[in-house]
Amino acid sequence: MSYVTVDDIHQSYDGRPILERVSLTVEKGAFVSIVGASGCGKSTFLRLLLAQERPTRGDIRIDGAPPAQEPGRERGVVFQKYSVFLHMTVCENLIAGESFGESRWGRFFGAKKRAARERALQTLERIGLAHMADAYPAALSGGMQQRLAIAQALTARPRVLLLDEPFGALDPGTRIAMHDFLLEMRQETGMTVFMVTHDLQEGFKLGDRVLVFDKPRWDPHEPEAYGATITYDLDARRDNVPTPAAPDASLEGTHP
Amino acid sequence: MLLLPFVAVLAIYAIASDIRLSENPRDKLLPAPTTILETAQRLVSEPDRRSGEILFWKDTAISLQRLAIGVGLAAALGLSFGLAIGLFPHIRATLAGFVAVLSMIPPLTLLPILFIAFGLGEISKIALIAIGVTPFLIRDMSQRVLEIPAEQIVKAQTLGASSLIIAIRVAIPQILPRLIQAVRLSLGPAWLFLIAAEAIASDAGVGYRIFLVRRFLAMDVILTYVVWITALAFIMDYTLKRLSEGLFPWAGKDGL
Ligand SMILES: Nc1ncnc2c1ncn2[C@@H]1O[C@H](COP(=O)(O)OP(=O)(O)OP(=O)(O)O)[C@@H](O)[C@H]1O
Ligand SMILES: [Mg+2]
Repeated sequence: MSYVTVDDIHQSYDGRPILERVSLTVEKGAFVSIVGASGCGKSTFLRLLLAQERPTRGDIRIDGAPPAQEPGRERGVVFQKYSVFLHMTVCENLIAGESFGESRWGRFFGAKKRAARERALQTLERIGLAHMADAYPAALSGGMQQRLAIAQALTARPRVLLLDEPFGALDPGTRIAMHDFLLEMRQETGMTVFMVTHDLQEGFKLGDRVLVFDKPRWDPHEPEAYGATITYDLDARRDNVPTPAAPDASLEGTHP
Repeated sequence: MLLLPFVAVLAIYAIASDIRLSENPRDKLLPAPTTILETAQRLVSEPDRRSGEILFWKDTAISLQRLAIGVGLAAALGLSFGLAIGLFPHIRATLAGFVAVLSMIPPLTLLPILFIAFGLGEISKIALIAIGVTPFLIRDMSQRVLEIPAEQIVKAQTLGASSLIIAIRVAIPQILPRLIQAVRLSLGPAWLFLIAAEAIASDAGVGYRIFLVRRFLAMDVILTYVVWITALAFIMDYTLKRLSEGLFPWAGKDGL
């Protein structure tokens, strides 16, 4: 049963094709990893899924609904940077996940506020940030900030969760801990997840599917003439990780 | 060490004054420091013979009132137009160029027009201050709004925030510290416009007093007012700085 349907989308900027002929169906609850060379259009694809941009051609539907016009509550997102609100405390950040969409002024008052804080504190307890509830995100480590960002996105109960290199700025140890955290969250919510990563191993470890974006056609005289598409769609549950030659198997051989 | 330059300037003044007075005891240009202190004491404590009011405090109150209303108005305009220009591309396309040209008009050239339009009363003085600093504040605020990372706006949208909620819960809180900073920078010009307007047409205010007693070469009075104005400007700047640090602990110190 297809939950997310991407139907032949094309995206170009100023006449320069970035993505072309991208089609995809994803079932509910799947975890899709997206890898590809730098600049090939992975973030662009994620922005299209998010409805932050409209494709030049084709459309994207979630659960059969008409294509969204702008980002909304059904699509949650975690970016690599600026993923939480720096002017709100940790607790307020979590509450914003509810209050931004459920109240007229983006703020709860009275009993509702107390109840929301209670729920937020329980969540913080579970994700190990209870002791930082009233601190500002600037006081958190990178890993803690991303944990908060994921929890915040999930508080709004989206249908799909979109992650753009969420762990790209973290050290390897923290990254492993974040993998466990994400898998746990996902198991609990049954969320459909798209995650862009530069780390092939990470993509295979977390994903049910790994999509590889690349340019299928290549004109040496005009490298910009064609866009990228999905060149491989690998079943990460069956295929194994291509054994990396170096300890870190990133596609371009550089760290993000 | 901080006080050293101040002490040096005072010492140089005292010596210069002493030299001039020893040549001509009736010299009015550089009154002795003791004379200034006596004058200051008289100014702050002795009521005017005609009105029974202490003019020094009356001048201070009326000038501060003009300054506060003028700058307050400018801050409100700067914040609202800055937000509108920064957040909404349509408004930006319409207004940004207009504001850029407006900000090129030397405000003092408008003073005669203001006097003709609003008469010689309070309105024209307040209007000059407001007109003088508003374009700068609008431009600075819209720039700050544009600097808010797109990720933060998208994030808010994915949590369900409307434009209104994005404005009041994300954009305004993030630029308020910048507004205070910009107001601090515009206090200098604001004082300039205040004193210019008071010097030309007024019957009270620190600028009026200085230009009035200039006719009698009352250097002791002028110097007392100059020191007092400097102190007021310093206190305002310091208060705004502390206010910003207290209200927005997440913003960090700006080092100014
Ligand atoms: N708004 C835009 N306007 C014009 N060009 C854009 C825009 N956004 C992206 N591009 C271009 O599209 C191409 C793909 O960018 P994108 O950010 O999607 O790549 P990416 O695969 O996410 O790269 P990375 O791995 O470095 O994050 C780049 O060449 C980029 O310059
Ligand atoms: Mg990217």
